[in-house]
Amino acid sequence: MATELIGGVEVHVDDEGFMTDPSEWNEELAPALAKEIGIDELTDSHWKVIRFLREDFAQQGQTATLRRVSTMADVPTKDLYQLFPKKPAKKMSYISGLQKPVGCV
Amino acid sequence: MPPKFEDEATDRKLCIIVSKGTMEWSTAAMVLGNAATSEGIELNVFFTFWGFDAIIDKRMDKLKISPVANPSMKVPGTEIGMSNMLAGLPGMTAFASSMMGKEMEKLGVPPHREFMQMVHDAGAKFWACRLTFDMMENTMGLTKDDLWDGVEDVISANDFMELAEGAQIIFI
Repeated sequence: MATELIGGVEVHVDDEGFMTDPSEWNEELAPALAKEIGIDELTDSHWKVIRFLREDFAQQGQTATLRRVSTMADVPTKDLYQLFPKKPAKKMSYISGLQKPVGCV
Repeated sequence: MPPKFEDEATDRKLCIIVSKGTMEWSTAAMVLGNAATSEGIELNVFFTFWGFDAIIDKRMDKLKISPVANPSMKVPGTEIGMSNMLAGLPGMTAFASSMMGKEMEKLGVPPHREFMQMVHDAGAKFWACRLTFDMMENTMGLTKDDLWDGVEDVISANDFMELAEGAQIIFI
């Protein structure tokens, strides 16, 4: 499986670049991952989403969808699109070291 | 090296034409619309004919699925088709709609109005068909105030063609 050097750390990634082993991720990696996709600074609002995704993944075993983030973490849809422009579902998962969501909604 | 999904800076455009106002087809439109916006695809949704039920404010919370003349609908838990005689009994449409609503909710699909708001908040634009509007204006006194707030405007088929330039179109 392919590996990628993120913030000086070697991590396993899939064809699209998503990390495949959630245990290889830690909070120090997030800013480096964010930079890869053009998000230069992670604000508290970003962290709220990232931490929710990590906690939810630990409980559910899969990445939360945008709908789930907006209802369970109380982050409005509009904000998600501002925080992670254009492709919010993929971007939030990528920075959180998770696979993209599989759910449709 | 940035991940692949980031390389594909999208300039894709999608138009969805919603010609039906039933629960299942308005849901289908919003599922696709939601998927499109979350992939960074520019989205315009055009409501026409029966699709108006999905944007008339006082109707949009009451969308229904009809078991009548729907051979795909089975008696729950069986492979037996719902006979039109049975499906036509009073209350069956309400029953089927309530059941579908509950099943959708289990899967995290929001009720129609909320779903529309979600896709709207994601940047999609919603349009109402001029011909349908005029017809409903004549027959039932429909005004623009009767339409859901998220509808941009009432536009003609030609206006829609301009919007749809370079876009992929899905007709529902």
